[in-house]
Amino acid sequence: MDFDLNEEQRLIKDSVERLLADRYGFEQRKAHGASERGWSADMWAQYADLGLLAMPFSADDGGMDQGPVGTMIVMEAFGRALALEPYLATVVLGGGFLRNGANAAQKADLIPQIVDGSLTLAFAQTERHSRYDLADVTTTARKDGGSYVLDGAKSVVVHGDSADKLIVTARVAGDRRDRSGIGVFLVDGNAAGVSRRGYPTQDGQRAAEVLLEGVRVEADWVIGEPENGLPLIEQVTDEAIAALCAEAVGTMSVMHETTVDYLKTRKQFGVPIGDFQVLQHRAADMFLMLEQARSMSMLATMMADEQDVAERRRSIAGAKVQIGRSGRFVGQQAVQLHGGVGMTMELAVGHYFKRVTMIDTAFGDADYHLSRLADAGGLIAA
Amino acid sequence: MDLAFTKEEQAFREEVRTFFHENIPADIHAKMIDQHSLEKQDLVTWQRILNAKGWAVPHWPVEYGGTGWDPIKLYIFWEEMQQTPAPQPLQFGVHMVGPVIATFGNEAQKQRFLPRIANLDDWWCQGFSEPGAGSDLASLRTKAVRDGDHYVVNGQKTWTTLAQHADWIFCLVRTNPDVKKQVGISFLLIDMKTPGIEVRPIQTIDGGKEVNEVFFTDVRVPVENLVGEENRGWDYAKFLLGNERSGIARIGISKQRIRRIKELAGQEFYGSAPMIENQRFREKLAAVEVELKALEMTQLRVVAAEAKRGDKGKPDPASSILKIKGSELQQATTELLMEVVGPYALPFQPGLVEGSNEPPIGMDWAATAAPTYFNWRKVSIYGGSNEIQKNIIAKAILGL
Repeated sequence: MDFDLNEEQRLIKDSVERLLADRYGFEQRKAHGASERGWSADMWAQYADLGLLAMPFSADDGGMDQGPVGTMIVMEAFGRALALEPYLATVVLGGGFLRNGANAAQKADLIPQIVDGSLTLAFAQTERHSRYDLADVTTTARKDGGSYVLDGAKSVVVHGDSADKLIVTARVAGDRRDRSGIGVFLVDGNAAGVSRRGYPTQDGQRAAEVLLEGVRVEADWVIGEPENGLPLIEQVTDEAIAALCAEAVGTMSVMHETTVDYLKTRKQFGVPIGDFQVLQHRAADMFLMLEQARSMSMLATMMADEQDVAERRRSIAGAKVQIGRSGRFVGQQAVQLHGGVGMTMELAVGHYFKRVTMIDTAFGDADYHLSRLADAGGLIAA
Repeated sequence: MDLAFTKEEQAFREEVRTFFHENIPADIHAKMIDQHSLEKQDLVTWQRILNAKGWAVPHWPVEYGGTGWDPIKLYIFWEEMQQTPAPQPLQFGVHMVGPVIATFGNEAQKQRFLPRIANLDDWWCQGFSEPGAGSDLASLRTKAVRDGDHYVVNGQKTWTTLAQHADWIFCLVRTNPDVKKQVGISFLLIDMKTPGIEVRPIQTIDGGKEVNEVFFTDVRVPVENLVGEENRGWDYAKFLLGNERSGIARIGISKQRIRRIKELAGQEFYGSAPMIENQRFREKLAAVEVELKALEMTQLRVVAAEAKRGDKGKPDPASSILKIKGSELQQATTELLMEVVGPYALPFQPGLVEGSNEPPIGMDWAATAAPTYFNWRKVSIYGGSNEIQKNIIAKAILGL
């Protein structure tokens, strides 16, 4: 039982935090976000130099073999900086499909490109009607000789407008919500029949609506078993949820620190407002919710690659519930305690609030996961 | 970072679990499961079983009966005891005055009191709170005036849990009224048989009489019963309260109660299906389980940090989180259990809570649900109310 980072992990944490502290101030972030792709290619190259893009891959695949803890470290730091680059989309989700589902040839081709920063990916899963149900897929993949032909529409594909390649879920067999018959396909972003409508998101990132019309994918670019891709999709999204939990903890930490600082400096009625007990208790409540979220982020990290699938899914669902609830409370109170200025785009705190709010909607919100967890019998065995 | 228990820790958990289940007397175990209150003799019996095994006071220094386990093993030990469920040792001796005597007492006091605490030969109670000194404990007014080789004690203590059985009481008393309130307090050990002590029960809203008022009229206490130095009692009290807080989350109790809720909610019907299949009910339960899991991880973070630091003296201010959330979750489980009981929460049977032989009205597991719910409102009040804990967080952690 050890909650501390080892020496190597501490070094990674220090270096990523230093890079972001030097190069990712609030104004710099604003400039990156306003660029066409919505993030900084220059920062992406620096992440590659630092080895961050190699973090979860095995040494055999040219990676740093840092596992879920490595991802946690990077994502928490990204949360603290509100970094906009497609790390989750490319390294965690895209990399997750390659690590967990790709064959040797696919790995050998693509992982080096992720690691050196030349390839970005986006996960095209959600559809207009599917909400958070990973099995609710109507996009079809029709077998045609040695290839597949994809037709359908994917919604809110985060970083889908700038990604070099899309990882698309599509149905090769079965009805709309069947658990079997869903495959995972790697589609070039500029392939014939792909059209993408990019737009900014509430949290300062970018996403796209993606239309697939007769898109041809060679059989070489199917990841895993096309008849039975759902367990792979669930594994990868669980890893992504663990990563998002860590990012949320980073954003909550900053909101809490900023708010406590504000309580110490803002004066009203002739005293710092932090002298008022009602605000002290609110800050204490925020602290409690933050630490409970941090605990569950650690649990999610440890369970992300758990072999017992049912156990993994329950723990990840529980973590997402806590993160959603903590994030909402800490975010709302951070804005509330800053008062009017907390409402402005000019101040960072509102941007953290927006990010943590949107994390709740990624891969299932707190209520969705609470239902799932309750259906699965909860976290404490009867 | 490695959040798994080691093989050795898992084997240890198995060992203590097996011991508890094999050695708890069946009647005591049944009372624990149905939340009936225990007789004095039940606690004595269980404590002596533990003592015979050498596990009566595992957290004490080894020379006074401790086992030398690290904080992680101690955590496992108490958690397993709670989950059995087996009675918690009488905390006033084992967790409160025992560690104070072991740390600040003189050799004669250690020899005299510690073995008798470990074996529950002496039943201790706690004389801290007074009618005018609750959250503001340091404003206590019970005074002790030196007269030769005695202190003469006058005043009143209240909320004194299980004083009706007590052989001894440890008290905070004012020995210097002329200085800042915290520095005029001393820590006295008082024999309950001393003339001038009167115990009067207070009935609480659950119908039980576990707490009392204790009155002191010209009670003569030998000066040899002063712990540590005169007027340093506040320091010892803070040490005691800090110890109390770190074990106060009682996660094992909440876990055990959740299992019980699941079992009973599988038997009781909501319409045509068992309650546990009712979506609203089981989501409420799952929400408590999520918070409990988070708290367990938080508790383990505190415990692991303590194991690493190696000093047990200073409580982590983060333990205030354990007190707040731990008490809220214990209360939430009592609320859910009462919900399972439904209409049979209504009968008021205070005799049953006190262990009478009258047959219960309704299902035999139902009678204690409402009393436990009402009684458990105390846990967010005692041990430094949750509001006081928030003051501690604001001050000690956030610097407000």
